Amino acid sequence: MIESVNLHKAFGDKKVLQGFDLEIHKGESMVIIGGSGTGKSVFLKHILRLLEPDKGKMYIDGTDISSLNEAGLYKMRRRFGMLFQGAALFDSLNVWRNVGFQHLQERKLKEPEVRELAEEKLRLVGMVNVGDLMPSELSGGMKKRVGLARAIAYNAEVILYDEPTTGLDPIMADAINDLIVEMSEKLSVTSVTITHDMQSAYKIADRIAMLYQGKIIETGTPEEIRNTDNPFVRQFVSGSAHGPIQLEGIER
Amino acid sequence: MIAALGRLIIGFTLELGKVLIMLSDTLRKMATPPFEFSSSIKQMQEVGVRSLPVVLVTGLFSGMVLALQSYTGFKRFGAETLVGTVVGLSITREMGPVLTGLIVAGRAGAAMAAELGTMRVTEQIDALETLATNPIKHLIVPRFVAGLIMLPALTVVADIIGIFGGYLITVGMFGASPTLYWRQTWDFLTLDDIYNGLVKACFFGASIALLSCYKGFYSEGGAEGVGKATTGAVVLSFMTILISDYFLSAWLF
Repeated sequence: MIESVNLHKAFGDKKVLQGFDLEIHKGESMVIIGGSGTGKSVFLKHILRLLEPDKGKMYIDGTDISSLNEAGLYKMRRRFGMLFQGAALFDSLNVWRNVGFQHLQERKLKEPEVRELAEEKLRLVGMVNVGDLMPSELSGGMKKRVGLARAIAYNAEVILYDEPTTGLDPIMADAINDLIVEMSEKLSVTSVTITHDMQSAYKIADRIAMLYQGKIIETGTPEEIRNTDNPFVRQFVSGSAHGPIQLEGIER
Repeated sequence: MIAALGRLIIGFTLELGKVLIMLSDTLRKMATPPFEFSSSIKQMQEVGVRSLPVVLVTGLFSGMVLALQSYTGFKRFGAETLVGTVVGLSITREMGPVLTGLIVAGRAGAAMAAELGTMRVTEQIDALETLATNPIKHLIVPRFVAGLIMLPALTVVADIIGIFGGYLITVGMFGASPTLYWRQTWDFLTLDDIYNGLVKACFFGASIALLSCYKGFYSEGGAEGVGKATTGAVVLSFMTILISDYFLSAWLF
């Protein structure tokens, strides 16, 4: 469903993606793991063409998204929902207006209808009676839930999660993991998650792909990843500072 | 040295190109429905209504000091009666639009850059894109419209209060005849002076909004980046106002 072919992206002299190939199938939960600053978020942004590759192609259902015009691009983006790392809620809008944002923009539904729909999505992520609060009144975990409600508010077929558990306490992180699993089961969505939290990855993934030095170096089921022979992947999943992975700016 | 100069020119040209692309996008999105009425009104309130107190105070005192200085000067060769004319012309042609522009740039322009910059670094602009909403249309058009409409409106207020300030000093302090002051003001002030001042104001308003939004929209690098964008927006707006003021004056008057 989502296929990236030989993606390259550099910011100035810093090469981030260097021949990134990955295929994500419909209905699966793909988790991309990799160290901080390896370009996981950059890849995620390429899926929605928030960033354009320097080289290579991104296909959604066989369509090269670089060929889409603005209307086509927005039509494509409506099929996606994205949960940002810091939730990226709009500060100036209250919670239900954030969740119903896309419907409010379209102006097809009346405000009370949008509000009802937003409250329903909020219930789905376990939030009640928060519709009138402002984002600044929410905790980190609550923001992520609201962000998730916003991502699914337009009946997304694909949900992209940018480090969903980062910055949360372990219990809240696990609750978010449960939610992600629930979303894929209840709404039968395709999901793409990037994370460096292995516990989370094992819990939510159908398949895991590891990104290292701008390329996917291994793909497999959580079981296969756990038992891999690849020394890079082994080091990462075991969370050891010692091994073949080169840490940027650190000499050993 | 030559390489540095070249880099400077290339950098400048690149930025100018990006600003012009943003301008053309903004104009295009401005003309396509659905129109963002409610956010435009909100921005007009932000740019216009909230700047009003400062504009009133600045306008009043500029008129007053102008009268004070020209009265002292003109008295030396017995031309005190011309103070009304000088105040009227300088305020409407020059000080009204420029001072209002500088105030709006410092207040509303800085706020625009800071707000858009924060939205950029907290990924809210990316979020808009993922929610299939064009950020130019949603964020920049309302601010651009607000600048374009509110700056001339504020300038009219500054013109009136400035001339009144001049009257206060000339008549109230120096005891000149009120009738003479008004006659000297209106006899020499043409509608063209006011119109041209307002054309300047429109240009300043549009530039402030565009440049401040541009700086905020493309800011990067967290809190520091937002700070830089805000400073940059104010400096750039000030320079644009003062430089373009010369060329607009040469062209219009």
